Amino acid sequence: MAAPAVSRDIGVLHAGWGYASIGDKIADIVLTRPVRWPWRAAFLATSMATLVFVAAMSYLFVTGIGIWGVNIPVAWGFAIANCVWWIGIGHAGTFISAVLLLLRQRWRTSINRFAEAMTLFAAGMAGLFPILHLGRPWFLYWIAPYPNRMNLWPQFRSPLVWDFFAIGTYIVVSFLFWYLGLIPDLATLRDRAASKWKRIAFGLGALGWTGEARHWARHRSAYLLIAGLATPLVVSVHSVVSLDFAIGNTPGYHSTIFPPYFVAGALFSGFAMVLTLAIPLRRAFGLHDFITDVHLDHAAKVLLATGALVAYGYLAETFMAFYSGDEFEIAMTVDRWSGAYAPVYWSMLFCNVLAPQVLWWRRARRSALLLFFLSLVINLGMWMERVTIVVQSLHHDFLPAAWGLFVPTAWDWIFLVGSICAFAWLFLVFIRLLPSISISEMRSLARESTQEAA
Amino acid sequence: MTAPSTPPLYGVLAEFASADHLLAAARRVRAAGYSRAEAYAPFDVEGLAEALGFERSSVPLFTFCGALLGGLSGYFMQWYAAVIDYPVDIGGRPLHSWPMFMPVTFELAVLGGAIAAVIAMLLASGLPRLRHPIADAPDFELATRNRFFLCLRSDEPGFDRAAAEQLLDELRPLRRAEVPR
Repeated sequence: MAAPAVSRDIGVLHAGWGYASIGDKIADIVLTRPVRWPWRAAFLATSMATLVFVAAMSYLFVTGIGIWGVNIPVAWGFAIANCVWWIGIGHAGTFISAVLLLLRQRWRTSINRFAEAMTLFAAGMAGLFPILHLGRPWFLYWIAPYPNRMNLWPQFRSPLVWDFFAIGTYIVVSFLFWYLGLIPDLATLRDRAASKWKRIAFGLGALGWTGEARHWARHRSAYLLIAGLATPLVVSVHSVVSLDFAIGNTPGYHSTIFPPYFVAGALFSGFAMVLTLAIPLRRAFGLHDFITDVHLDHAAKVLLATGALVAYGYLAETFMAFYSGDEFEIAMTVDRWSGAYAPVYWSMLFCNVLAPQVLWWRRARRSALLLFFLSLVINLGMWMERVTIVVQSLHHDFLPAAWGLFVPTAWDWIFLVGSICAFAWLFLVFIRLLPSISISEMRSLARESTQEAA
Repeated sequence: MTAPSTPPLYGVLAEFASADHLLAAARRVRAAGYSRAEAYAPFDVEGLAEALGFERSSVPLFTFCGALLGGLSGYFMQWYAAVIDYPVDIGGRPLHSWPMFMPVTFELAVLGGAIAAVIAMLLASGLPRLRHPIADAPDFELATRNRFFLCLRSDEPGFDRAAAEQLLDELRPLRRAEVPR
């Protein structure tokens, strides 16, 4: 009889992995691996910070958004910038899962699961900030269309209402897509778990999955269809977010380049976050055979490409300001270069345009350490981009009498850092509770690698 | 049934070590006339369902209907709100401003399609299911690990246990077992 299938080295998967060893390697991170001190330390620190975040929210709800630096004219401060930043980060997960699946990119296989988890957590953080930013967050449900005694409807011509539908749909569809892929892996964990409670927990999650061929065929069909639906969805979500700005007539907001420019920026920051998470993940759990240098290389190339699109966006914005001849747009652009927030603008250009150019070198694309730090720099840069768009545009609009500075308070920083820590906390919990790489898809990849050899 | 004393049978089960072996076995039992045979694999083996006679998945149709329903009801909701129930005259602009209704229509179409796809996939497969007789079969916990199984079900029209067992033995499995109901 033929020997059990063992993978051959195909770049995105190293040689020597069989169906059982792939499953064991990934499942044992969840099932049997003891909790070591680095995870404990990170968990403890992020738990404390998450508690601080929750406490800060309580204080915000009791006191009101006056604790932040926002005021007229800069009524949108860090909260909205953070929301846009987080939802952008949340784009890479679905892009990797859906778009790269339809394009038959094999390197998505080992990174799609945790990238989707990243998407869910980032979208959760993004969904939180507009609520926190409401003056009266307890009336949050007013944005949803529901039969009410006030006889009111939401204004469906408003991008803020579109935003509610876009982000809501995005969270639900991302969750369904992630969970659908997870079902067979939960069944693997159910069958491998030693303790009864784990078997029950994973068994309930697996919904009774047995791996019957017809079920697999329907699973594939549903997975591909949701990928097809999620592909335009990814593009639509950040386009809709950008319309929140572009439909307003503030100089710096009112620009037709915004939807594509925001989507490119979203993928740029999202892939940076994927690298920020993938590099420590593969080091901590010794996943170098699954998340290889080829993955880093490809992700770095995506960074380079989306970074170029973002740079084009900056260029087009500046060009259009002068080409339009609109004195307010021109004044706003000059203020970006030389005004109060100029250091933020120039740092943003350094982080997003200059720093990624190092990725033209293959050695840089394959250096995990360099990519890790570069991904942090890029995400810092993307955050500064959001702040520039939101804050700088508002502080310098039409009448000089209406201009005014926004200075973040300690609370602004607590909410930013708190959301980052809450995101990290969720991710830490995720990698110990659920398989962070898709087991069944890795097995298919191993089979593919053997068939190519034959 | 052969004898009244034997426990009721779900089917007879053969275990294989490789996906290709299972694929060949599935083609063989299909050719022998078994239309309800089931194959179990730890990952999506291309062509396996088709080899067992699975023709088309109902998931795409359901997804289309879900997306259509989501999109149409989304559009209707906005039209009803803006034109009938809560018209707001903004400088005499048309109440039925359809381009502005597109984003929500699109998002709800995607939402409806995705939810329908998941529900269709689960319901058509008989999931969620708390207990399946095959889960108690020997070695079956390996069906989500590295083994491949083929089950000839006893509710097959004209099922003959001895013939089924003989057919499975001819396929040279690692082992053959019975699956009580």
